[in-house]
Amino acid sequence: MLAPLSHTNVIAMTVLTPEKIENLIACPKCDAVYDVGYVDKGDRARCDVCHYPLISRRRDAGLLIIAMSTAAFILVVAAMFLPFIKIQRLGFQNETTILDAALAFSDGPMILLSLATVGLIVGLPALRLGLTIYTLTPIVFDRKPWPGARRAFWLSENLKPWSMVEIFVIGTAVALVKLTDLARVELGPAFWMFAALVILVIVKDTFTCRWSVWRALEQ
Amino acid sequence: MTVTAKDLGLVGCRTCEKVWPMGTKRCGRCGARLISRDHKSLQRVWAWWIAGVLAYIPANIYPMLITTTLFRNQEDTIIAGAIELASYGAWGVAIIILVASVLIPLAKFFAIAYLALSVGHRTSMTPFQRHVIFEVVEFIGRWSMIDVFVVAILSSLVQLSVVASINPGIAALAFAMSVIFTMLSAKSFDSRLIWDRIEAEKQDAESAT
Repeated sequence: MLAPLSHTNVIAMTVLTPEKIENLIACPKCDAVYDVGYVDKGDRARCDVCHYPLISRRRDAGLLIIAMSTAAFILVVAAMFLPFIKIQRLGFQNETTILDAALAFSDGPMILLSLATVGLIVGLPALRLGLTIYTLTPIVFDRKPWPGARRAFWLSENLKPWSMVEIFVIGTAVALVKLTDLARVELGPAFWMFAALVILVIVKDTFTCRWSVWRALEQ
Repeated sequence: MTVTAKDLGLVGCRTCEKVWPMGTKRCGRCGARLISRDHKSLQRVWAWWIAGVLAYIPANIYPMLITTTLFRNQEDTIIAGAIELASYGAWGVAIIILVASVLIPLAKFFAIAYLALSVGHRTSMTPFQRHVIFEVVEFIGRWSMIDVFVVAILSSLVQLSVVASINPGIAALAFAMSVIFTMLSAKSFDSRLIWDRIEAEKQDAESAT
């Protein structure tokens, strides 16, 4: 499927015609060049040099990714407003939503941190899910990509490290341990929705084969 | 031995992996800017690195959490907070906080500095080992945000009037800035620079035979 170019066969192809370049890919991490031949539905390939995953196709992943992204998008929007955690102590009680937690930094320059937190745990994850649905829906149904689909997928790929839902969930677990001594804690529906969302986002990202999406967007 | 796009007079797109003739400005497929080897990337790495280290200092000096209970008002820095948790016997959480907020940030500063300094130099580590360090730094950097999220949840939740209330300290902002700057520093690094050394050595070896 992937043929690494060696010095011997490079000499054989001294003239790199546009048609020859068309089938080449370069590893984004180490720049090793590969000649992509026929790629079958379940094929996977890693870079020989640095082991970066270059191709990871799964049978009929497209529809599954769209379904998971849609479910995750609904969860992230709904979880924002529903009760997240409730605490009680000595007759006093307080309930918070995810939005309240993100907006906890409110005085003076701390407002910047609130904006960043909203972005990292709600805004960017929701945006990425939206972009994924926008990019993949026409592809999966064999239609022409929607306008700006390449830009959308480019943005979604580059925002990946800034979507921090899984880190927020582990942070919640740590906060709960801190709280158990202080008060009685009750988990609300938003907590479980968020936990489910994390799993959907992780599975969706591992099912996405960048190489396949880019190739489909080219046509 | 594989060849690189640079060897072939080509430039690879770092977003979509497509290959173009050297000198092409933008990827015709995904629109990303194309650079064969981003030597200026080291300047950006160091700029963000310095910003990250500077922000990490107030993050450890100023309080992260301000806890007000009936009889006392307590201000905890990151390390003091973890020590207090350990004193309650919550060793697991104390260790998570210390690892995510102290060990990982410090290790990241050293790792990025080492990678940036070692570009173009002979080192005892192989390029593959350095590449693994880079991948680990990129993967793990985000996880330092965990402490900021803990502070956010505690501050919004624990507002029980006179019984107990928790508010964020200014260190939370400094710490979040440090994490974000360090992530940008790692993201600025062009990992292809790690591999160029062996390419040069390979050519030396070939011309020698």
